[in-house]
Amino acid sequence: MIAFILRRLLFAIPVLLILIVLTFVLMYTAPGSPFASDRGVPPAVLANLEREYGLDRPFLAQIGTYIWNIVTQFDFGPSFQYRDQDVNDLIEQGFPVTLTYGFWSFLVAVVAGGTLGIVAAIRQNTWLDYFAVGISIGAQVLPNFVMAPILVLIFTVWLGWLPGGGWQGGQIEYLIMPVIALSTSFMASIARIARASMLEVMTSNFIRTARAKGLPGRTIVLRHALKPALLPVISYLGPAFVGMITGSVVIDLYFSTGGIGQFFVASALNRDYGVMMGITVLLGALTILFNLLVDILYAWIDPKIRY
Amino acid sequence: MVVSRSQSAALAASAPMGPPRSLWADARARFFRNRAAVGGLVVLGLVAAFAIFGPLVAQHSIEEINWNLLGKVDDAGGPCFLSGPSNEIPPCSETGHWFGTDAQARDLFARTVQGTQISLMVGVVGALIAVLVGTIYGAVSGYFGGRLDNVMMRVVDVLMSVPYMFVLILLLVVFGRSILMLFIGIGLISWLDMARIARGQTLSLRGRDFIEAAIATGVHPFRIILRHIVPNLLGVVIVYATLLVPSMIIYESFISFLGLGVQEPLTSWGALINEGADQMRQGLWMLLIPLFFFVVSLFGFFFVGDGLRDALDPKDR
Amino acid sequence: MTRNLMLTTATAVLLAGGTMLTAQQTHPETGETLAETQVFKYRLLDQFPTIDPQLIEETAGGHVARQLFEGLLTQDAEGSLRPGVATEWSSEDNQTWTFKLREDARWSNGDPLTANDFVYAWRRAADPATASEYAWYVELTQMEGAKEIIEGNAAPDTLGVRAVDDHTLEVTLSQPLPYFPQMAVHYTLMPTHQATIEEHGNDWTDPENIVVNGAYKLAEIAVNEFFRLEKNPEYWGAEDVIIEEVVGYVINDANQALSRFQAGEFDMMDDLPVGSYPDLEEESPETAHAVPRLCSYYYTVNQSESGHEALKDPNVRKALSYAVRREVIVDQILQAGQAPAYSFTHWATADFELPTIDYSEWSQDERMQKAMELMKEAGYGPDNPLDLDLIYNTSENHKQIAIAVSQMWKPLGVNITLSNYEWQSYLDIRGNQQFDLARSAWCADYNEASTFLDLLSSNNANNDGKYVSEEFDTLLDEAAKADDPQPLYTQAEEVLARDMAIIPIYHYTQNFVLDPTIKNWSMENAENNWYVKDIYRVAE
Repeated sequence: MIAFILRRLLFAIPVLLILIVLTFVLMYTAPGSPFASDRGVPPAVLANLEREYGLDRPFLAQIGTYIWNIVTQFDFGPSFQYRDQDVNDLIEQGFPVTLTYGFWSFLVAVVAGGTLGIVAAIRQNTWLDYFAVGISIGAQVLPNFVMAPILVLIFTVWLGWLPGGGWQGGQIEYLIMPVIALSTSFMASIARIARASMLEVMTSNFIRTARAKGLPGRTIVLRHALKPALLPVISYLGPAFVGMITGSVVIDLYFSTGGIGQFFVASALNRDYGVMMGITVLLGALTILFNLLVDILYAWIDPKIRY
Repeated sequence: MVVSRSQSAALAASAPMGPPRSLWADARARFFRNRAAVGGLVVLGLVAAFAIFGPLVAQHSIEEINWNLLGKVDDAGGPCFLSGPSNEIPPCSETGHWFGTDAQARDLFARTVQGTQISLMVGVVGALIAVLVGTIYGAVSGYFGGRLDNVMMRVVDVLMSVPYMFVLILLLVVFGRSILMLFIGIGLISWLDMARIARGQTLSLRGRDFIEAAIATGVHPFRIILRHIVPNLLGVVIVYATLLVPSMIIYESFISFLGLGVQEPLTSWGALINEGADQMRQGLWMLLIPLFFFVVSLFGFFFVGDGLRDALDPKDR
Repeated sequence: MTRNLMLTTATAVLLAGGTMLTAQQTHPETGETLAETQVFKYRLLDQFPTIDPQLIEETAGGHVARQLFEGLLTQDAEGSLRPGVATEWSSEDNQTWTFKLREDARWSNGDPLTANDFVYAWRRAADPATASEYAWYVELTQMEGAKEIIEGNAAPDTLGVRAVDDHTLEVTLSQPLPYFPQMAVHYTLMPTHQATIEEHGNDWTDPENIVVNGAYKLAEIAVNEFFRLEKNPEYWGAEDVIIEEVVGYVINDANQALSRFQAGEFDMMDDLPVGSYPDLEEESPETAHAVPRLCSYYYTVNQSESGHEALKDPNVRKALSYAVRREVIVDQILQAGQAPAYSFTHWATADFELPTIDYSEWSQDERMQKAMELMKEAGYGPDNPLDLDLIYNTSENHKQIAIAVSQMWKPLGVNITLSNYEWQSYLDIRGNQQFDLARSAWCADYNEASTFLDLLSSNNANNDGKYVSEEFDTLLDEAAKADDPQPLYTQAEEVLARDMAIIPIYHYTQNFVLDPTIKNWSMENAENNWYVKDIYRVAE
């Protein structure tokens, strides 16, 4: 197991390197410059700026320095857009925010979705089941960029219960709408998956045997059916995590939470090379790490899997 | 991601299909017993008919502006069947704006038809690309096995850890926005799961008699893959593809939300919904009409996909 | 129905807020009853990249800088000059300017503010080591040596500004510039505190480090979320400052922002959702405002080699311009008091006199008829269509206008391909003349017609359409030296209209919603410069 984890972590290094080089090349091919403006920056000023940010150096030197600074000092360089900040500052400020509402959304999605799916499966073909299936498909197809303004319309404008946005250190009233908007579609997916796999498990031979032995329903579900039924849910957690990170763009744009989500698009549009690279590395590393965690969890629950 | 890795894992683990004819007949019977699936199919048929025949019925082009309504769309731009004495909407006989107009006083019916065409196309073509690339990759990897398999699957692992949506955003920004880029970008995001499924299935097919026989008679490996393996993967592939289409459509709507979708005057469901959400205060029909088509079609795809899976899955539920 | 409900709720919230007040104070001059809590909150479209005055290059940061820092001069509610740190300013020849600084001006850490602080800040703005995007502004002021310093050919201390004594600043220009004091209002020329910058480097603008000289100081900032300013007790005019606290919220989505405004979360927002203004004005005229704003919206016509052949013909350009139904654009699309434009210079520009431009007085039918004739003469028409591409940057407004204009040109036999690019690509494409027609806008840097007209002189780097006219260039050269340049500006506009150098579309208004309890807002300032120290909130 430890060898497996080490191998996977080792594997992450070339992946991240490839990702860095790829993004760097993309950046270079992109038209426009981080310093262009409606005012047309004079060439002398542009030259000063490029010197300041090292953009006048050859491509290989730039990428070399970039990687070197990350490896030796964990320094992701300056932001080209936010002159007062460097990339580390921006990520330090934004990432905890994204992580906080991401964590709660994840929890809500897994707990609520899992419960909904399993209850629906146990009560198959009752009104509860239809309700759960209806909700889960409905929630899955309603884009969160439609849901976010509707939530604000209801809770802020009509009812006046919640502030329409902001973060203020993550107080509960600022957390509710972002978590609902972000978690709903994943909750729905998890409910669907959990229901399908629970149904499959409940008709399998070992459950039939358990029933035949006369075990009470509750014991069957909790002791025997739950664990195998959750396996597909666990393997969905990886993609769900990546999806949530992507979805945080919408959350940050609508709720002004100040997370890193809005940098995904803004950094590319502003040609903020520094932030763009920083976000790429961060997202790449997170994706790798999370997939690894999911695999470990999977192995822990399903003893059949060997590494 | 709508098609989950769990589903792909389940599909990968399930046994390959039995003899073709009886399976297909069986599956068809099972599918048509499933009312939700049949309902979904009917809905999809209607939506497709709307996309195909809509242009013939539309009274306006997608770009022509109704100058009389421009500037008072929120009062007079609503669907013309709502026209009445209590509002300013001109009657249908006058304008023919069955779905009303968009914020720029262009016919929403024509635009919804056009948006439906683009979105369905993105969904289907994107899924097709994913399925084609994924199936062939997976089949080759699974068939040859050994070191090649190892390398090819590690490559899939590597690609899985790339934050794709971010890369797609970069691509669209760098190379400019085009439908082609969108197709390729979205399609390429999704072939990885398909590759894993196809590999799993191929592995279990390889040991079967008819493949052994083909190998023994010296058939070229690629011919074996194309003629014997791929057809046997078809069931799984179809199920996966049906479930993939709605996720493609959702991806496209997200890209449109970010303002990186198709160019004006063309449009898509995502673009229409996004514009409609912006106009929620001015007139709800601009949001609700495209959202309706979006939602019912996705429902349709999900029900059909689930139905197909139940029908093609040999395990009896 | 929905809208009404929302409004009632918003009003209810406001009323509830009002009735809770108890202790009452009155405004010293007007005698109005002041609200108990004097906090002003507003919405920002985007996070400002910096609040370092010498590095700022966009409006959001500029607004914050005007609260935190005070330059030599500021503007009053009408946009006229008034004393800032300088109390008197004079020049004999418009080339050497002397500013007398007030003696009670202090930095927020208690240090006295001297002429040397201005000298330091201005040199810093021009210094290549600072790498300011707005270094060109220093060059624009014609300050002696600016160009050489920016190009790295001279030391920053050769800049034409010196401290005669602690309270006298002398500026030497390379040519006479009667409007130099107007230019001194700009944030690039605000003073900065040398010791702080040298001690903290890039981090000097962090709340715990920053030293300012304006009416407010920075208390808190969270990137992409909000920032908060508090009253600066060291400010020389602190006694007259009524608002105690300023909060800015970053909200990208305009509709979301308007919802939150209506829920009473803040007092002011501009950049309203497209098309929302008429409804807002109808529902609460005391909240919605439209005031002139010194920006012009126009289509750049590429007249260089890379543009379409037909566009080099002034008659084709005229035909295109005549066919644009400006009334439709301002009355039916924008609907917020914008003025149809036939000139480049904004009508509200100080002292500027609009020339009489022939087609502005024709009816739209006459224009269309003339346009058809001109196109026919040029050999184009429905049977020989002219295919052009029109580029615009991503924005709902630009999109709507581009769509409408392309439909207006259809009858002329002009087929338009719309190309929408995101900002940076758009700038790149426009700057390299890879277009036929390009949506453009220009905002005044100072309140004088040359801020617009200079753009179209043949040697201006931002003349993206590559319009070249010797006559026009000569007029501008003469204007720069003339005692009264206004008639020359008017003539220059006539030349532009004759050549149809650009296709003017409309002159901006600044549209915003402002809570009616906020008083003394600068409604007449066409440069959209506002100072929170001037406003106050009355009790309801």
